[in-house]
Amino acid sequence: MPAAIVARSLTKRYRDQLAVDAIDLEVREGECFGFLGPNGAGKSTTMKMVYGFSPVTSGVLEVLGLDVRTRAREVKAQTGVCPQEDNLDPDFTVRRNLEVYARYFGVAAAEARPRADELLAFVALQEKADAPVMSLSGGMKRRLVLARALLNRPKLLILDEPTTGLDPQARHVLWDKVRDLRRRGTTILLTTHYMDEAAQLCDRLVIMDKAKILVCGSPAELIAEHARPSVVEVWQPPDALVTWVRARNLPCELVSERLFIYPESGDTLQREILGRFQVDQLIARRGTLEDVFLRLTGRDLRD
Amino acid sequence: MGTLGRIFTVWRRNLDVYRVTWKVNFLPPILEPIFYLVAFSAGLGGFVGTVPYDGREVTYTAFIAPGMLGISVMFQGFFECTYGSYIRMYYQKTFDAIIATPISLDEVILGELFWGATKALIASSIMCVVIRFYGLLTFPDLLAIPVVAFIGGFWFACLGMCFTSITPGIDAFNYPMFLVITPMMLLSGTYFPLSGLPAWGQTVAQAFPLTHLVEVIRQLSFGGWGPGVWARIFAFAVLSIPLAWLAVRSMKRRLVV
Repeated sequence: MPAAIVARSLTKRYRDQLAVDAIDLEVREGECFGFLGPNGAGKSTTMKMVYGFSPVTSGVLEVLGLDVRTRAREVKAQTGVCPQEDNLDPDFTVRRNLEVYARYFGVAAAEARPRADELLAFVALQEKADAPVMSLSGGMKRRLVLARALLNRPKLLILDEPTTGLDPQARHVLWDKVRDLRRRGTTILLTTHYMDEAAQLCDRLVIMDKAKILVCGSPAELIAEHARPSVVEVWQPPDALVTWVRARNLPCELVSERLFIYPESGDTLQREILGRFQVDQLIARRGTLEDVFLRLTGRDLRD
Repeated sequence: MGTLGRIFTVWRRNLDVYRVTWKVNFLPPILEPIFYLVAFSAGLGGFVGTVPYDGREVTYTAFIAPGMLGISVMFQGFFECTYGSYIRMYYQKTFDAIIATPISLDEVILGELFWGATKALIASSIMCVVIRFYGLLTFPDLLAIPVVAFIGGFWFACLGMCFTSITPGIDAFNYPMFLVITPMMLLSGTYFPLSGLPAWGQTVAQAFPLTHLVEVIRQLSFGGWGPGVWARIFAFAVLSIPLAWLAVRSMKRRLVV
């Protein structure tokens, strides 16, 4: 399959700080590709380079077969961007926002109107077409930003933390739209802090930390490779339990008031613990992307 | 769509916003000259009587009307590309939204500058109509005033954009407002003839762009295309080029990181 994005030794340096450190990357056409990482890992900077917002310091970056350094305008013409912060025009109505934005892509007025209406229907905002943007809820604004990003019928869609701050209903609606677009063949680049979002949407993803890519693969691959198959979590474990787990040489972590144990079989261990100790809360579960993330990037706060 | 077309779409976006909020936008240029003319002609004018200008005596009202037009041009251009552009750049992230499309930052900034000039043109046109009711301006020379306002307004828009490119925050616009704009507003032959200033003050005033803008408008308002009108208009147009270049370059340094 041809590549939508190719990066070789892609580097971004801000004055004295290395934001992206010689990363290699290949995003296939038509896939939904995720960027995960703690704050300051370099995800957003990478995205900004991809859509020509931030100049590349060194390395190769080709988007849709075009060198971003010299042909940014052509790249931008085929790319849709949902930025992290809403930057809708507060003085316009919902529909007017789309019509004015369509002009920036050179879409004629006669064409912009039906296209705006079609996209408003797609994001279920047709009833709000004449409402002022100020009156929209956070979820509606995000959907409008998504609609705006689709005005130029992009081959590549960039979603920078698309569901941050949304309620669960709004997140699910947005996820449905993203899946819908992916089915239609749009290549999607997504950053997120939500592991469930990445697991739900991404065909493949990278986890970045400290300006570098740590791992790359499908959610299932990453879980199989980097997470333990089963996890038993115990809240406020009694000291005797901790001693017992350590004496049996079971891999474990004690994080504030929680004990994480990584046994071969969660069920067996769960029964054993419940039989021997008095514990208030215990769950046995499978390894998740969140375990992979925390294992690779640590539990320390970043900012 | 070429570069000019892209600059035009940025300009049109601002015009569209202006049309949504036009009632608020029209109010200052209509009311300001009325207030000032009432205060100065009815109030101060009675004490001042006539003012010497260009070898003759003119009424005080006729003297300050062009001064107010010049001040308005300066304010419209400068305000639009300081406070206005800063709000769009920093608070509304409008520039970020636009440069995610095939439009580049250079084109956004040029669109903003032309918009600042356009606001000066609109405001001066409204003021001309109001001042005309005082019987002060004459056809067809008054038709040249909005054109001059556009050219002069562009220059002040460029100046404003240069400050926008380096300001640490919106409050810091107080510095150019009080150190550059206010002295110019008061000492550019706007409210009293330059001959009222001491010799050194007159020399300094000659360095103020507003002095020359007001002089052009005043000559036009007295129906004269006297010496220096064309030269001054030409100078504003020519000096806009390096200033626009500096504004664009400095904004790119601020925003492209």
